[in-house]
Amino acid sequence: MYVWLWRHLPGTTALRLLQALLLVAAVAALLLFVIFPWVEPKLPINQVTVNGQ
Amino acid sequence: MTAGDRVRFALSGLGQTLITCGLIVLLFVVYEVWVTNIFADAKQHSVRTKLIESWQDAPTTGSSDQATVPALPLPGGAQSTTPIGSGLAVLYIPRFGKDYSRAIVQGTNDASLEKGPGHYVGTQLPGEVGNFAVAGHRVGKGEPFLNLDQLKPGDPLVVETKDSWFIYKVKGDTATGDLSTAGVDGVPGRQIVNPSDGQVILPVPNHPGQKATEALMTLTTCHPKFTATQRMIIFSALSRTVARHGDTLPTELGGTL
Repeated sequence: MYVWLWRHLPGTTALRLLQALLLVAAVAALLLFVIFPWVEPKLPINQVTVNGQ
Repeated sequence: MTAGDRVRFALSGLGQTLITCGLIVLLFVVYEVWVTNIFADAKQHSVRTKLIESWQDAPTTGSSDQATVPALPLPGGAQSTTPIGSGLAVLYIPRFGKDYSRAIVQGTNDASLEKGPGHYVGTQLPGEVGNFAVAGHRVGKGEPFLNLDQLKPGDPLVVETKDSWFIYKVKGDTATGDLSTAGVDGVPGRQIVNPSDGQVILPVPNHPGQKATEALMTLTTCHPKFTATQRMIIFSALSRTVARHGDTLPTELGGTL
């Protein structure tokens, strides 16, 4: 997958590196700001109240 | 493509997928213990600023109710009029450090607890006879109660409201330092309970129907860290109340009151 992606990024090695970093940043942002906040309340890791309040 | 190439291709694909999964899990840990704190700290700051401003705007005499929502009938006969998600009081715990203070917000839903420790609606207000019960996150989301396990018997928990300072002391045996020792009222300093044990936030903890004679503050958080298997409960009793006097702090916080 990563090899395939690297081959299909256009431009010089420097440009490809820049695009790869941008892609990583975009995926990380999607995870941190959309997916994790959505999935976190569903996981049994951080409930602090008694009696389900 | 030979059979060997296909095996190599499949294995490298599997390896990359596993590494990716590992990185996502690592990122989730970073999110949980660090990123959520950044969001929560900003919310806590905003709630606290509004609370302090409301204290300064309102007249300094009379009752502390800000009648913005219909009053709720409470077991103690008192009325809580603070809207869910708004600041209620400020909690100081010297054991957690000189600078430790958090605005307690009204309500214990997810949105309230992300702002700071949340007051169980329906339990008493600071200083009242009965039980002022507060829940807080232990890991992430501002982690107000991260070090709740480090409290010792007799440690002061200071609550600041518009007109008063309420100094609670953690229960348990101050002579031996044993938190599990119950006092004459049958309430220990610390208890580990199941999540369904709502009796710990009753006006007289663990004694339904009994009439309260003591002003308690109860703190609840998850236990052990990173899990929701059990709850850690810290009980404290009101030891003294002082009226606010300008910016002077009580002696427990290094002041002179």
